[in-house]
Amino acid sequence: MLNAHDTTVSSALENIRSVFQSMGVALEAAPAKLDAYFTQFKFVKFALIVAILIALCAALLGVTLVLKRYSMIGDGLSHVAFGAMTVAMIFSLTPVYISMPVTVLTAVLLLRGGKRKLGGDSAIAMLSVSSLALGYLLLNLFSGSSSNLSGDVCSILFGSTSILTLRESDVILCATLAAVVIFVYIFFHNQIFAVTFDEDFAKATGTKVTAYHLLIAVITAVVIVISMNLVGALLISALIVFPALCAMRLFRSFRGVIISAAIISVFCAVFGILLAIIFSTPVGSTIVAADLLAFVICIIIDAIKRGTKR
Amino acid sequence: MELLRFEDVAVGYEGKPVAEHLSFAVHAGDYLCIVGENGAGKSTLMKTLLSLQTPLSGKITYAGALKKNEIGYLPQQTEIQRDFPATVREVVLSGCLNRSGLRPFYSGAQKQTAKKWMERLDITKLQSKSYRALSGGQQQRVLLARALCATKSVIVLDEPVAGLDPLVTADLYALIGRLNKEDGITIIMVSHDLSAALTYADHILQVSRGSNFFGTTEDYRASELGKLFIGKAGDSDA
Ligand SMILES: Nc1ncnc2c1ncn2[C@@H]1O[C@H](COP(=O)(O)OP(=O)(O)O)[C@@H](O)[C@H]1O
Ligand SMILES: [Mg+2]
Repeated sequence: MLNAHDTTVSSALENIRSVFQSMGVALEAAPAKLDAYFTQFKFVKFALIVAILIALCAALLGVTLVLKRYSMIGDGLSHVAFGAMTVAMIFSLTPVYISMPVTVLTAVLLLRGGKRKLGGDSAIAMLSVSSLALGYLLLNLFSGSSSNLSGDVCSILFGSTSILTLRESDVILCATLAAVVIFVYIFFHNQIFAVTFDEDFAKATGTKVTAYHLLIAVITAVVIVISMNLVGALLISALIVFPALCAMRLFRSFRGVIISAAIISVFCAVFGILLAIIFSTPVGSTIVAADLLAFVICIIIDAIKRGTKR
Repeated sequence: MELLRFEDVAVGYEGKPVAEHLSFAVHAGDYLCIVGENGAGKSTLMKTLLSLQTPLSGKITYAGALKKNEIGYLPQQTEIQRDFPATVREVVLSGCLNRSGLRPFYSGAQKQTAKKWMERLDITKLQSKSYRALSGGQQQRVLLARALCATKSVIVLDEPVAGLDPLVTADLYALIGRLNKEDGITIIMVSHDLSAALTYADHILQVSRGSNFFGTTEDYRASELGKLFIGKAGDSDA
């Protein structure tokens, strides 16, 4: 008994040691590996461009969603997008053509009329698990012949390695959408501030609150659908929520929070991708881990700042 | 000059009225206080006046000089979350938004307006402070400055002193009085505090089930309804 236990422990230790060893090896080989990637494969450049754009959009949107207490909607919508994507796969259509309209429509329905008409937490939870379950069910029923079902599903949920094999058309689509989102945020940031800060006041003084809610809903859906490329359906929330939470720890002005969230998010995405290449880890989860790390660092900075103030 | 007029208006939610037969008029330079018991429908009336909801029946007219969205508004118990990152300047400037059309940044004139009102309300020193870190009285001043940025002539205040301590309350009332007297701003204020209403306001609208009152403060003191309500308020103070 004891012996068996000992062997498990020692083999676990052995495992950990070998992971660290291979990490060390990977680190030593890192410069050469990165160099090879960048010089030989232009898709790494594509991946980085797309990642930067997506991270930027997700961070901008995230500030609004977090402040409006809409974080859960982002999560729910990403699951709806997953459901829509499975349907597209069954009919062998380009996923974006199905998932984009479905997600936009759901977002508009959910966010229509602001907080008051929102279906509530439980409605969103139901919507999100239902689309997840039905999506997987449909995929199982109708693509029985497909050999790599679980691989496909896994890559939709956790982000594919396909971020490193993007086609030029993907990059163009992504860049266009991201440019639109960023433009909207720069152009309408005062309106978005007013609508987020105090809906009633904005409405009473003539800001078209409903129109801006619609705009925010559409942007949310667009950002979620394009983010699925990078981190997958289950991890999108992290991309949206973490940078905003980080920035809110560090800055007290709305503008400061928006700008720093964007910077933090882009930095984490780039850092995550490079780490993923060096250590051959999944891109999505590595980026999210980087975001989590940034969040922990921000909490510590905040705590130190508070500590010194007292 | 008449700014707005209510004629037999009923306000409420989902077809059910909470206050009915409201008839009154507001003229430029007036200081109107709306009084009434808790739940009488004062806030509902304010929201109807601001076009945040539609009246159930009756007619509301806004005079030519006053566009619907040129009324500054200080909401009751703002639902602004405690952790919202915004500086005082950002909050005040957001009041100017209704005049910026579709421009991405605030114009020099708008920044000037914001500066003017921050100086008038003595909050210039706070302008780069975080809104959430201010005291209750300071926060109300900031929201008042924002409301003033949104209007040329009329502000609507819903229980602006709720939750403030007596000293700060007196300060804020005095300030609102000066805005009325010196800057010629028309004030429409919901107040729980009848004695302040009688001191500062020149017109009173009492909202209550069955019978409303509208008239000058003197007439209100003399009226049966006024005497009754003033008496009651006196009792509960004692
Ligand atoms: N959003 C709402 N939907 C339905 N009824 C409401 C809503 N808000 C307030 N009420 C009801 O309308 C009545 C009047 O409320 P309100 O105008 O806030 O009163 P006051 O401001 O005079 O205290 C209350 O009975 C309240 O319960
Ligand atoms: Mg009220």
